[in-house]
Amino acid sequence: MEILVCVKRVPDTSENEIQLNAAGTDIERDDLVYAVNEPDNYAVEEALQIVSRTGGNVTVVTVGGEEDEEVLRREMAMGAQHAVLISDDAFRESDGRGIAALFKEFVEAGHYDLILTGVQADDGCAQVGGMLAAMLDYPFASLVTAIEVVDSGTLKIAREIEGGCKEIHAIDLPCVLSIQTGINEPRYVGMRGIRQVASVPIPQLSAPDLALALAFAGKNNARVVRTDYFVPPAGKGAEILAGSREEVIEKLLDLLKTKGGLN
Amino acid sequence: MARIFAYIAHKGGVADDSAAELPAVASKIDPAQPPTAIVTGWGAGLDQVCESLCSTYSEVWKIAQEPLAYPNAELVRTALASVLPAGSILLVPHNHFGVDLSPGLAINLDAAYVPDVVEIEGVEGRWLKAARQEFGGLISAHVRCDILTGAVLNIRPGAFRAAESAPAGGRVVDKAAEVGPLSARRRYVETIAAEVGDVDITKEPVLVSIGRGIGEQENIAIAEDLAEAMGAAVSCSRPVVDAKWMDKSRQVGSSGKTVRPKVYVACGISGSFQHLAGLKGNPFLVAINKNPKAPIFRVADVGIVDDMLEFLPALANAVREESVIPGKRGGAHD
Repeated sequence: MEILVCVKRVPDTSENEIQLNAAGTDIERDDLVYAVNEPDNYAVEEALQIVSRTGGNVTVVTVGGEEDEEVLRREMAMGAQHAVLISDDAFRESDGRGIAALFKEFVEAGHYDLILTGVQADDGCAQVGGMLAAMLDYPFASLVTAIEVVDSGTLKIAREIEGGCKEIHAIDLPCVLSIQTGINEPRYVGMRGIRQVASVPIPQLSAPDLALALAFAGKNNARVVRTDYFVPPAGKGAEILAGSREEVIEKLLDLLKTKGGLN
Repeated sequence: MARIFAYIAHKGGVADDSAAELPAVASKIDPAQPPTAIVTGWGAGLDQVCESLCSTYSEVWKIAQEPLAYPNAELVRTALASVLPAGSILLVPHNHFGVDLSPGLAINLDAAYVPDVVEIEGVEGRWLKAARQEFGGLISAHVRCDILTGAVLNIRPGAFRAAESAPAGGRVVDKAAEVGPLSARRRYVETIAAEVGDVDITKEPVLVSIGRGIGEQENIAIAEDLAEAMGAAVSCSRPVVDAKWMDKSRQVGSSGKTVRPKVYVACGISGSFQHLAGLKGNPFLVAINKNPKAPIFRVADVGIVDDMLEFLPALANAVREESVIPGKRGGAHD
């Protein structure tokens, strides 16, 4: 099976405090540590596990600049055979539809049985996979928590729904699936693995290669534009218990007793 | 102004809570125009839902087709795309179904798509301004959306308060004939019920709940020890289950269990809306997190900014001391 996984490089919230810049136009990006979007690792791991059972190749692709090569290399160190960087100034500030259009044109130039994305990225939009499927006229499923290859044309998948329940579907290939975290345990990537792929050339595609998508990609074609960031209103807000740890514990014990928290 | 529609999710003949919230969203987009409900399904349950919606909506578009008996987004998308007028604005609840349906529907309708909207700021000409959150609620963003060719807006459940309004006295319009035969390349097979765990967290009055801040599996013993001292059970948020450190049956959230404890001690949990969606009944919510900006502090009753890995053992010791010598610390009487 030929599997394509769409990935994204995002600020790593476990390594950074996400805060507003002075102008309020963006998050403070100086000194931000970036990493691959965590759900994308689950998607790549799932692709690798499928290919290890059925044969085939895993290709990872992203839209971005030179700096985004590092996440492609990371996924290659996990075991992806190929990586492609879609990069051009004309693609900057694309909205979700623009990104999906770029992937669509890329997909149509190749041959993939299965396309995976992570469930969502830093912006919480969870949109590119579903848009890409509609543009390609492929079936789509989101929040996928299990994949079983039934035959060369069909998968059996589980989707996560409410209350810990799962929906089981049969889905025809080719299709697009967005992968929920927890579907597998993404393999560890050490420095050695990264070094082994450090000098592998990564092909780049730019505007002349993806000319049809130019009608959708880039700032001027974006229908949805983020205008600014802001700090959300505090709401009622917690009463923060101040003082030494001992004092805080004393206050908390009193509250817990009153509220029935100690049994 | 484009016509506004509200997609109504329903189950067992009852409309989802979002059915009462979406008119409040519509009125922020166009106060002059009551929205139209659009419902898909099959059988008596669908009729029941349509009837009940007539008290909230002045018009209810009903699409009854047997393949729509189960809400398979692949089929619902086809049905909606064939009946919605060009340029419409469609409101959809942002849940597991809305995430499945809407991005592709926006493409099929050649409309703009804004997911997980928490506020509508208004409309100026062709631009609709909305607010949403990024980075799991750590920061919010305004977005501008071009509605010239229509829009699909996924609305966060619970973000808009259901509007009190006079009975709408609505009518049901049968739209089934406008939808051709439906066949999907994704076929619903069955629903598998949630796993039953060793502890039923939905019945526990006190929960010590752990999140990403627990750091590693070995540290779970710290939370278990505190829970034992308090006579509580341990629950968790999604990252702990993703890491396979706790069973799925212990997860609180929209994709896990809905719990109604008296007291909820959230330790190292940032407080995403998916997690908070599983916390009902207005418990006394204590949040312990080393990041003072964690969204959980916006909704908690009491917050403690500290490293949970150091705070929890100290708290467990204090609870045990307290139970040996009640009132030693001069606290309130129980």
